Amino acid sequence: MQQLLAGKTAPILIVLLAIGLFWYAAAIWMNAPWQTTLNQRAGLENVSATEFIGQTWSQDKPVLPAPHQVAGEIWNATVGTDIASKRSLAYHASITLSATLLGFALGTLLGIGLAVVIVHNDASERSLMPWIIASQTIPILAIAPMVVVGLGAVGVTGLLPKALISMYLSFFPVVVGMVKGLRTPEAIQLDLMHTYSATPWQVFSKLRWPASIPFLFASMKVGVAISLIGAVVGELSNNAGGGLGVRLLTGSYNGQTIQIWAALFIAAALAAVLVIAVGAAEKLANRAMGVRA
Amino acid sequence: MTELAPPSQDAMAVVRAQNLGLTFSTNDGDVIALSDVNLTINKGEFVSFIGPSGCGKTTFLRTIADLEQPTSGTLTVNGTTPSDARLNRAYGYVFQAPALYPWRTIAQNVALPLEIMGLADKAERIARTLELVNLTGFENKYPWQLSGGMQQRASIARALSFDADLLLMDEPFGALDEIVRDHLNSELLKLWARTRKTIAFVTHSIPEAVYLSTKIVVMSPRPGRVTDIIESDLPAERPLDIRETPEFLRLAARVRDGLRAGHSYEE
Repeated sequence: MQQLLAGKTAPILIVLLAIGLFWYAAAIWMNAPWQTTLNQRAGLENVSATEFIGQTWSQDKPVLPAPHQVAGEIWNATVGTDIASKRSLAYHASITLSATLLGFALGTLLGIGLAVVIVHNDASERSLMPWIIASQTIPILAIAPMVVVGLGAVGVTGLLPKALISMYLSFFPVVVGMVKGLRTPEAIQLDLMHTYSATPWQVFSKLRWPASIPFLFASMKVGVAISLIGAVVGELSNNAGGGLGVRLLTGSYNGQTIQIWAALFIAAALAAVLVIAVGAAEKLANRAMGVRA
Repeated sequence: MTELAPPSQDAMAVVRAQNLGLTFSTNDGDVIALSDVNLTINKGEFVSFIGPSGCGKTTFLRTIADLEQPTSGTLTVNGTTPSDARLNRAYGYVFQAPALYPWRTIAQNVALPLEIMGLADKAERIARTLELVNLTGFENKYPWQLSGGMQQRASIARALSFDADLLLMDEPFGALDEIVRDHLNSELLKLWARTRKTIAFVTHSIPEAVYLSTKIVVMSPRPGRVTDIIESDLPAERPLDIRETPEFLRLAARVRDGLRAGHSYEE
């Protein structure tokens, strides 16, 4: 027990337990009015308190589904369903994941490219940076339908429009981080390159790029999480292609709160896995670059 | 040093500055970093530049390295412009800080100029220069695994690896404690004796300048200029305790006088 409390496990478990308890309590409170109406309609009287609580945790379309209902739905819609079926959450998650990864890759490349241009050309910083910042002040919910509909009109549908929205969101942290990162080399490190008469490409590949790697990974962790948001928002604008966003949308049309929560949890888990994957890549890079453990 | 008759004075000159001036334009007006500097560094000499901060000693070294551009006068390195000399890899530069790239091992740091210049037999050069600075066995360590003194030795190895005949050193041991500094000074003298390089060495320590040099250039600030050039008559063989001899103390006193004279000018 002492060991558990000293480590990370106990605090995490305690917080999880607290959230669970709070959630179950909130489910009773939020579902109670509708359950009372249902019981009155059915002519049920003298429902005991424990029975009533059980009822609030097992409604078909609860205001707030209980954790075990969400977990059950996730289980049924992933393990319990054929993966090729449109009812499978795994199927929808894979659609969202491919749009996320494509958008994240494009966004990271665009971000690095812009940062390289900005670092090597003062004029481009003054001319590009205001637009880059302005791009992020426009609500993505306003842009996403235009991108999806506009590209759809010229025959581009499916993965690419959603990936472009992901890219639109994820390039930003990469630009900002990499502009900073590519500028981290100190004056004497740059002077050293000058004494060797190094070419601009050599200065970039042997100094600026390796120096910026910690910043790249920090930016990519933010970028990959918002890439997922971009993909989901893109799916909200076009419910033909499937994806977690479509599950959220159809769930809310039909009042399928359990379905919404299940899709939300899958999306959150997906984001967590992606951030962890970037973190793992960062660890590998650190090891290769001799970073002090 | 064995005294061979020089072919001509010009062929011996590695660095020659004539009426050299450098003025920085800043928001607070012009700053005269160097004013009317006349100086020749001959092949095989160990020349120290000493003076208070702002006297232009580092700026002079940086002009030789083509890191700063003079605004008046002439400066030649190996008979060419500093820029051509840089392109010809005439010099290795050692900075105040080691400036090792943290993501490279010591061997990879020493290999950096070799990669950039596209030189062959890297392994042999790395082994040879690391041996010169007594860092054999540390090839695969990363900079953070080495002490400050060892890091600076690695940076000296990096400056030696491409066999430039001129070594420019800008207060290389300024950040190290005195015990380490003494040790590195005597190692540097041995290295100089073995490699017969020409060394230009910036310092703010009188004992260091006198101990190391065959020629001491005393500079003073506002405007940065040369106030005295002292030819050292100390023997080539210099154990650390030479610093207690009368000859050494006499040279140190002359340097100190030169520095004081430069200072009284501004008050």
